[in-house]
Amino acid sequence: MTETTPTGDNSLLEATFATRKIGWFEKFVGPENFRILVGLLKTPASIIGLSLILTYVVIGILAPVIAPPVKPNADPYSIPRDGFSSDPKPMGSEWKRNKPPEPFWYKPLTGNDKWVHLFGTSEGQYDIFYYVIWGVRTAFFTGLLVTFATLVIGVIYGSISAYYGGMVDNIMMRLVDVLMILPSLLAALILAAVLTPRIGKSLIPVMTALIAFGWMGYARIIRGDILSVKERDYVLAARVVGVKDSRILFRHIIPNAIFPTLVLASLAIGDVVLAFAALSFLGIGTEVGYADWGQVLSFARNWITALDQYWYIVVWPGLALVFFVMGWNLLGDALRDVLDPRMRGRS
Amino acid sequence: MTTFIIRRLLLVPLLLFGVTIIIFMMLQLLSPVERSALYVRDFPKNEKAVDGIIRRYGLDKPFYEQYWRWLVGIKDPVSGERNGGILFGDLGYSRTASQPVNELIKNRFPNTLDLTIWTIAPMILVGIWLGVQSAIHHNGWFDQAARMFSIIGTSFPTFVFGLMLLMFFYANLGWFSPGRLTDDLMQVVNKPTFIKYTSLITFDALLNGRVDIFLDAISHMVMPIITLSYISWATFLRVTRSSMLETLRMEYVTTARAKGLPERDVIYKHAQPNAMIPVVTLAGFSVVGLLGGVTITETVFNYPGIGSAAARAAVNLDVVTVLGFAIFIGFILIVANLVTDVLYAVVDPRVRLS
Repeated sequence: MTETTPTGDNSLLEATFATRKIGWFEKFVGPENFRILVGLLKTPASIIGLSLILTYVVIGILAPVIAPPVKPNADPYSIPRDGFSSDPKPMGSEWKRNKPPEPFWYKPLTGNDKWVHLFGTSEGQYDIFYYVIWGVRTAFFTGLLVTFATLVIGVIYGSISAYYGGMVDNIMMRLVDVLMILPSLLAALILAAVLTPRIGKSLIPVMTALIAFGWMGYARIIRGDILSVKERDYVLAARVVGVKDSRILFRHIIPNAIFPTLVLASLAIGDVVLAFAALSFLGIGTEVGYADWGQVLSFARNWITALDQYWYIVVWPGLALVFFVMGWNLLGDALRDVLDPRMRGRS
Repeated sequence: MTTFIIRRLLLVPLLLFGVTIIIFMMLQLLSPVERSALYVRDFPKNEKAVDGIIRRYGLDKPFYEQYWRWLVGIKDPVSGERNGGILFGDLGYSRTASQPVNELIKNRFPNTLDLTIWTIAPMILVGIWLGVQSAIHHNGWFDQAARMFSIIGTSFPTFVFGLMLLMFFYANLGWFSPGRLTDDLMQVVNKPTFIKYTSLITFDALLNGRVDIFLDAISHMVMPIITLSYISWATFLRVTRSSMLETLRMEYVTTARAKGLPERDVIYKHAQPNAMIPVVTLAGFSVVGLLGGVTITETVFNYPGIGSAAARAAVNLDVVTVLGFAIFIGFILIVANLVTDVLYAVVDPRVRLS
């Protein structure tokens, strides 16, 4: 559809300004958000970032094919172990006990008959390759869930605070200040340590802790955006007509203010995964043998003097984590440029 | 200026109250028996004694009563001694470290302070230098390389970076070791002949005239310093760069150029001082962050600071100890943030006026 001027003859206008087709998608997300999305797809950094993330998505989905579990109905997240001896075994050593079925890609790709420990084993003979592959799913699961939960809490909290303003806002934001005094990692560490004996070693205590001390940033951002949106005329109009507070907030204000927060949240997944890995590196979190990158890295702490020999305990899970986070960071970096208000209006 | 400082000071008790409430809420998740470590050292074996302790210290009382006792402590009816009471600086007893939490902090905090002091210069100066250079060579190769470096820097988790440093410099090359001091030098430090003027090993070593101890202490800090600086450089680079770019676009810079000042003077005398204002805030926050204990870095390098002590206590589920650390760290951070804010107001007249 082309835009027309009311006078009918717009040949001069068309000659001066090239008219642009507006697709259904642009109409759906709105011109400003459309500009952001297109901007993201045009920057090399964000393309690299996106492809890294997509690679991880594919690995996560195909995990049972890439690294099949020992028995079809066994819990795939508990890493198969080849015996119990403490010294790590080097890469390529043969799989002796508790051998999982050989994946289909292995023989054609390597020409090797025997299924080996591709990335070696950690102490206690847990297979590092399995850790790396199945850890992808844990990373996505924790990252997505924690981010989603913090986002929901932060948005609700921040919007209530901004919408009512005044004293309510003041009190609610001071509470946020208080919660942000302690370094978030330390606060999460403490809460996880309190919760672990009560809930048991699993993903839950650490995730709860990360959620409890992770939502304040979103509350602050959405509050700022809502403060500007709530002054708009359509909000005033809705109020004049007598629409209920909750309806104005959830139907008129939040949908118009949420987009920047949403995008920022989607990019915080890398940070969440990093924090999770850090906590499990410190030794709080999942049961030993649970597919989780931070845990393998924590094994390395016992072998610091011999890391020249056992480098593969650090390097493979470390790289898996670094590239995962880097994917989100590259995307985030591009996004910062696109969201920069000084860039607005340029294509 | 004065109103700003007063308003800022009024916030302090509020924040302190808030932090104690948060920590107290976490304490309430513990069982009364676990909470008894706030007041007593030993953990009695028989059940009657346990009940006695719970009753004597009111660990089954309503939470507001417990909160008050937690703040001011409890007088022992027999000896008249005060037990507990965080307002008096008694943070309870650490069962995993077998000493009062205060003692533990007193032993550990100087090490964290030492590390912070030696990290400040490389962290801030190199970070700013990188940022200024990349702003001057905007979109040039240096800028691109620095940008790449900053993305890699922010993606590298501290512990992966630290473990890799350990792999190269300790396991492979043997240049630097983790820990605080070589064992035999540690014994020298612990002897009464080694006078502890400041409790900071590097400074005490110099004051005692032991250059060997000084060098040994520094060499043990090299890897943590590199790690801590490296992860901050990315942030410093980004903030300095964008602030510098913005300043260079300002009209007074054009004026300076137009009147024929050499480019060096334009950049370093006219543009940089103004561009440094956001960087000063960042520097303040970074130093405060270091003071609060760098849990991961200290743990990776086995450095005996408050961060690694807190982490160890947390992993051993010694919650009373961790919460004691949290109170201490929260206090330090509140005070340090206050100092930063006030200094900032002194540096930047615009903050004073608003």
